[in-house]
Amino acid sequence: MENLIALLVAAPLLGAAVLLCGGRRLDRAGHWIGTVLAAASFVVGAVLFTDMLGKGAEDRTLRQHLYSWIPVEGFQADVAFQLDQLSMTFVLLITGVGTLIHIYSIGYMEHDERRRRFFGYLNLFLAAMLILVIADNYLLLYVGWEGVGLASYLLIGFWQHKPSAATAAKKAFLVNRVGDIGLSIAIMLMFTTFGTFAFGPVFEATGDTSEGKLTAIGLMLLLAACGKSAQVPLQSWLGDAMEGPTPVSALIHAATMVTAGVYLIVRSGAVFNGAPDAQLVVVVVGAVTLLFGAIVGCAKDDIKKALAGSTMSQIGYMILAAGLGPIGYVFAIMHLVTHGFFKAGLFLGAGSVMHGMNDEVDMRRYGGLRKFMPVTFVTFGLGYLAIIGFPGLSGFFSKDMIIEAAFAKGGTEGWILGSVTLLGAAITAFYMTRVMLMTFFGEKRWQPDAEGHEPHPHESPKSMTIPMIVLAFGSVFAGGFFSLGDRFLHWLEPVTGHDHGHAPVSAATVTAATMVVLVIGVAIAWAMYGRRPVPAVAPRGSLLTRAARRDLLQDDFNHVVLVRGGEHLTRSLVYVDHTLVDGVVNGTAASMGGLSGRLRKLQNGYARSYAVSMFGGAAVLIAATLLMRAV
Amino acid sequence: MNPVNYLYLAALLFTIGASGVLIRRNAIVVFMCVELMLNACNLTLVAFSRMHGNLDGQIIAFFTMVVAAAEVVIGLAIIVSLFRSRHSASVDDASLMKL
Repeated sequence: MENLIALLVAAPLLGAAVLLCGGRRLDRAGHWIGTVLAAASFVVGAVLFTDMLGKGAEDRTLRQHLYSWIPVEGFQADVAFQLDQLSMTFVLLITGVGTLIHIYSIGYMEHDERRRRFFGYLNLFLAAMLILVIADNYLLLYVGWEGVGLASYLLIGFWQHKPSAATAAKKAFLVNRVGDIGLSIAIMLMFTTFGTFAFGPVFEATGDTSEGKLTAIGLMLLLAACGKSAQVPLQSWLGDAMEGPTPVSALIHAATMVTAGVYLIVRSGAVFNGAPDAQLVVVVVGAVTLLFGAIVGCAKDDIKKALAGSTMSQIGYMILAAGLGPIGYVFAIMHLVTHGFFKAGLFLGAGSVMHGMNDEVDMRRYGGLRKFMPVTFVTFGLGYLAIIGFPGLSGFFSKDMIIEAAFAKGGTEGWILGSVTLLGAAITAFYMTRVMLMTFFGEKRWQPDAEGHEPHPHESPKSMTIPMIVLAFGSVFAGGFFSLGDRFLHWLEPVTGHDHGHAPVSAATVTAATMVVLVIGVAIAWAMYGRRPVPAVAPRGSLLTRAARRDLLQDDFNHVVLVRGGEHLTRSLVYVDHTLVDGVVNGTAASMGGLSGRLRKLQNGYARSYAVSMFGGAAVLIAATLLMRAV
Repeated sequence: MNPVNYLYLAALLFTIGASGVLIRRNAIVVFMCVELMLNACNLTLVAFSRMHGNLDGQIIAFFTMVVAAAEVVIGLAIIVSLFRSRHSASVDDASLMKL
């Protein structure tokens, strides 16, 4: 069984290699090759999963040592895989949702002449993400981490002929680099502290390590997670990443990329458990991002950007839960999986709407689409109910658990975190209801585009609707399936550990409170967007709305602090270079020149004056010799 | 005769030669003064050889003469070619090596 693990990665990697090197000959079959190989990876994952279920909880971890990558005395880097329950969960999510997105892309990218290349990139994305989650050491994880960064760059900028897409890809790549530096520093710190970066030895050694070092490693890991998972302060790339084709957005937001940060923190649980300060920072980052993303999501009229804000906020939930320590690890992953289902479904739904609306993304030009796109409406609607936490659907279970865990943190911290998560739930209900109402309800508001084409909303082809239906099933049932008898908890507990915490309020109270804020959020959204017609042009809005439309000034902040700051820094450095460094160098040269100008006078060209100096020198030497003798 | 007198004579000849080198401008004269200095040295060597009673100094004097002969050949050749190109035998005119 162990030998199958490498196949998980090999299949999509082979797909990427064949599709990217195969050339035009594969144009007609490329999408099928990509999809079949992604599905093959899923099948391998499913086989391994069934095998794993048949074993006891202790010996479920599979290991495969592929080869020694850098075997040096005192520095051992292996290409070795470790498949435990946590990795398995990710493998199934990545390959499962990934395969559905592949199938969807067949229809969505049908008219794109570079479709083969697109599928090659998608396969590369899956392969990198799989390496990331099944690596058994941090260095190999880093390989996957960078691979994900590369694939996201290629996919976000897939329509590179649009300057905005090219810029967005560059932005995502650069912001991610900042996080990557965090991961590389963390790996270096691990190597100097523990002498290794393999998971097992590192986690064992954390018990004997000083808290300061663990905090440093934890904070660097958090920086890495912030980059990949779009958490404050490295969140700015996520909104712009919507420039990529919609299946890419679904892949980045649901199955790959943004989940990597959560995985990293949960995987490094042993490090964070020993560093309460780092955990506190994680929780704060999660809480801030949770509200940040939710507020941005409320103000966007672009359907994809509204969903992007929502992703940021939901990942904030997960990071917050992961920061709670053993109380929250399991729920972070559980929310991640259910979120994978409904967010992929929502994005694919959004893509389907755009597909039918001539790629219009402005929700103010939608309206009343439920009659034209019944399948999209129903699947999107189920995803919507799941994300706001409608009772019985996936999001209800997973989000509720996180809110309970936040309260269970105990003390003032618990109350603050609990309130933030509740507030987040209310805002989630508001902005998702807003998206739903603006898109599918009300009067039709679409207009002819610039070239005079009237959109004719229509249902998407089967290749697109079937993945949406499958994901809708996941959105509806996954949460309940996981929660019945604490299945998910028992599944992951051997890896992540679990602690119930000290809940100051009962679970029923938390659920009731969640329901109340949910109803409030939905009601406000209905009052604003359902009861009265939506204006086709966005009203000016309050100060907060206008700020949120500009992503709460994140880009302005980056511009003022980083771009301007950088410019000033370089200018002052140039000034110092010109005055100080050049001054020293030029001054030395000038004084040397002056001195040699004086010395030059000695060389007057008269043989007799040279002879004088010779005689003089000889006389001095003789005199000195005589003097020494006399003394 | 006291051999120290030879040393006095040699010192005198050397001083005359050295002043000639420093003072005169005619290359030929400077050259002759150099020869004078060399011969003063030879005289010193021979005188010391006699004073110490061995032949080392005399042998070195022979070497000096050989070297001086070679030097004369080269030196005169330089002076002649200088004169041909500049129509002057003044050492001050040959000052091309300065800036």
